[in-house]
Amino acid sequence: MPAPREKFDNIIEIKNVSKVFDGITVVDNVNLAVRRGEFVTLLGPSGCGKTTLLRMIAGFEMPTSGSIFLEKQDVTTMPPHLRPINTVFQKYALFPHLNVFKNIAFGLKLKRIPTGEYDKKGKPIYRKFTKDEIAEKVERVLKLVNLEAYGHRDITGLSGGQQQRIAIARAIVCEPKVLLLDEPLGALDLKMRKEMQLELAAMHKNIGITFIFVTHDQEEALTMSDKIVVMTDGAVQQYGTPKNIYDEPANAFVADFIGESNILSGVMKRDYLVEFCGAEFKCLDHGFGKDERVDLVVRPEDIKLDGKKGTLKGEVVSSVFKGTYYEMEILAAGYEFTVQNTVEFGVGSSVYLSVEPDGIHIMKKLKVVNEFDGVVTSENTVGFCGGEFEFINDKGFEKGDAVRVKIPFDKVELTDDEEDGIIGANVTQTFYKGTYYQVQVYTDNDVDFFIDTVDEWDINDRVGIKIRPEDIEITAAVESSDEHDGLQATEAEGGND
Amino acid sequence: MTDEKTVKPNAPAQSGEVRREKKRKIRGVKRTAFAMPYLALSVIFVVVPLFIMLYYAFTDLDGGFTLDNFAHFFSRPNIMAVMGKSFLVALLTTVVCFLLAYPLALALSSTALNKKFILVMLFIMPMWINSLLRTYAMKIVLHILSVSNAWTAVTVGLVYDFFPFMLLPLYSALSGMDKSLIEASQDLGASPVKTLFKVKLPLSLPGIVSGVLMVFMPTVSTFAISDILGDTSTYLFGNVIDQWFRNSGGWHIGSAYSFILLALIAVTVVIANKLTKGKKEVGGVL
Repeated sequence: MPAPREKFDNIIEIKNVSKVFDGITVVDNVNLAVRRGEFVTLLGPSGCGKTTLLRMIAGFEMPTSGSIFLEKQDVTTMPPHLRPINTVFQKYALFPHLNVFKNIAFGLKLKRIPTGEYDKKGKPIYRKFTKDEIAEKVERVLKLVNLEAYGHRDITGLSGGQQQRIAIARAIVCEPKVLLLDEPLGALDLKMRKEMQLELAAMHKNIGITFIFVTHDQEEALTMSDKIVVMTDGAVQQYGTPKNIYDEPANAFVADFIGESNILSGVMKRDYLVEFCGAEFKCLDHGFGKDERVDLVVRPEDIKLDGKKGTLKGEVVSSVFKGTYYEMEILAAGYEFTVQNTVEFGVGSSVYLSVEPDGIHIMKKLKVVNEFDGVVTSENTVGFCGGEFEFINDKGFEKGDAVRVKIPFDKVELTDDEEDGIIGANVTQTFYKGTYYQVQVYTDNDVDFFIDTVDEWDINDRVGIKIRPEDIEITAAVESSDEHDGLQATEAEGGND
Repeated sequence: MTDEKTVKPNAPAQSGEVRREKKRKIRGVKRTAFAMPYLALSVIFVVVPLFIMLYYAFTDLDGGFTLDNFAHFFSRPNIMAVMGKSFLVALLTTVVCFLLAYPLALALSSTALNKKFILVMLFIMPMWINSLLRTYAMKIVLHILSVSNAWTAVTVGLVYDFFPFMLLPLYSALSGMDKSLIEASQDLGASPVKTLFKVKLPLSLPGIVSGVLMVFMPTVSTFAISDILGDTSTYLFGNVIDQWFRNSGGWHIGSAYSFILLALIAVTVVIANKLTKGKKEVGGVL
């Protein structure tokens, strides 16, 4: 029997962990606690830092700053072979020079277990597993992954699904405290993937080991996990149960990444009443300021359609049969809603849309102003983001003054021709917000800029950035080191827990 | 006359044949044609001379068939001893080269070493200089260092000369190795030393075998280096063959000796290939 423990203690705690590769921050001040026995998924687009975070837990990478605790013990600098953690690698990493049995036995042969006796100094005496014990354990785990008769097979002759199961068997046979899985289903075809998802989830229930699973597939994350960590740009956006993340996304990024969604911009008229697309809707959210601008998400399945009455009138633009429902694009009040409904309305027909209060989820606008540190370069120019912008100097700043520069999202102008702008940038993201687009650009000076605009820009477009002098607000620089530029700095708290 | 090239569209086997035929051609030229120049070269300078040697090996001075040339070798224990010495020196050279090159290849292939290109150049650059020149230079250096033992001099010379041939296949085997396998080994509890012996060494076996062959084969038949750096005591089998070919009447026995050496080398290659049979890792050349 294992020592009695609290039922829900934290097995892994990640505290203020950052990782910088060649000056690029890949993981940015992540805090995370994983409870014993949970199935936690790190979810995010490729390059969001999830794999790096996993590799730091495994010990293959060392955090640039911060610490990692395993059962309250600091393991930040412990080499991987001493950690009671095993990994299932993305491409399985099975040893081609060993057969299936020897691959699985690899970890067991190295493992030392206490004999229960103690030497004269009171230190426990360790021993290796005997041959019979190893054989028994390997047989048992092969049974668990449904590959009983495969012990003597060569690795190279196995299918992807079989190799994947061997990789899992090799990791769990060591009875790790935590099992890390780095996109292990990525190389499998769709059908095999679905099967393995269920198998993995069942396996997790049976053996009770803590799983930390990395994927970029939101559906996979929703199906399998107890908790999901949504990451982007190296930071945690939201940490919660799949239902919580789906129903109450913390921000527009999470809403967009998890499931199909209509993300709109609206105004809170008062508690429980929001206005968007020119109409007022009852909602369940309160506590926002009067007339505060907010982001809101409406899931496609939460929009009710009716031929005769409803809040918004729209026209069906397209309709696709998806097996059990129709997915329609409906143009209403200038926004193209994605709607899922079991009854089809023909393309071109008029329909009325309505949304029940519980179908609307309101999110605080993350930020509406770009903020940068700058330096006054002359009487009426200020330098920031690698460019010099004119501004109206009515507060008497002098050349060389360090200042804080603020530009509202809707006051930044993008130009087609890079030469027309003060600085050049690449478009990295665009969200349609109902009546306008929110565009994120990445300047040549490695800074994120946000722009609210009615024009549509494509990702990777080269643009110039221009700002009118009267739209630049300058204040004296504040002595603070944890101010960041851009979205990622905003602490993402789980919705309304 | 029947036209064999007529293709019946409903004969699947034949149409498949035609498609394959098409694949092998680039703008009307068969791809195998590109190998012709080298094929001609090797026929003239390798295959034909081998048959000439074969003729000499099995004939006497009058041109009659005889096995005496082979019997000549097997009836002379002192010559067989020289052959044994040649194998021993080659073996020693190979082992020393391996022991020097493997740690170096490990260091060069590790990601921590960023200047690996420069380092590889440093160790490969000796190959840019003619080996005879280097051997004469080595003679002087050894003299300055007052190394008087002829066997030491020959071994050092051989190691120096053939080191890059060991390093390159080892380096390519180790640097081409899937890094996740090494991480998997550590992940499963193997210390860096255990990882070396349980994963890196077995996985680089094809590289080791080709490195061993590329050093062993030329050193076993060497004669120039032992000639320059050694003395009469370091007389190797290559020198014996060399001597027989230097006088006109000795070609018959020299040819027979060459074939005996060739046969022994062939046996070593076959054994080495058996060792790596079925292994698909990088670094193998044969």
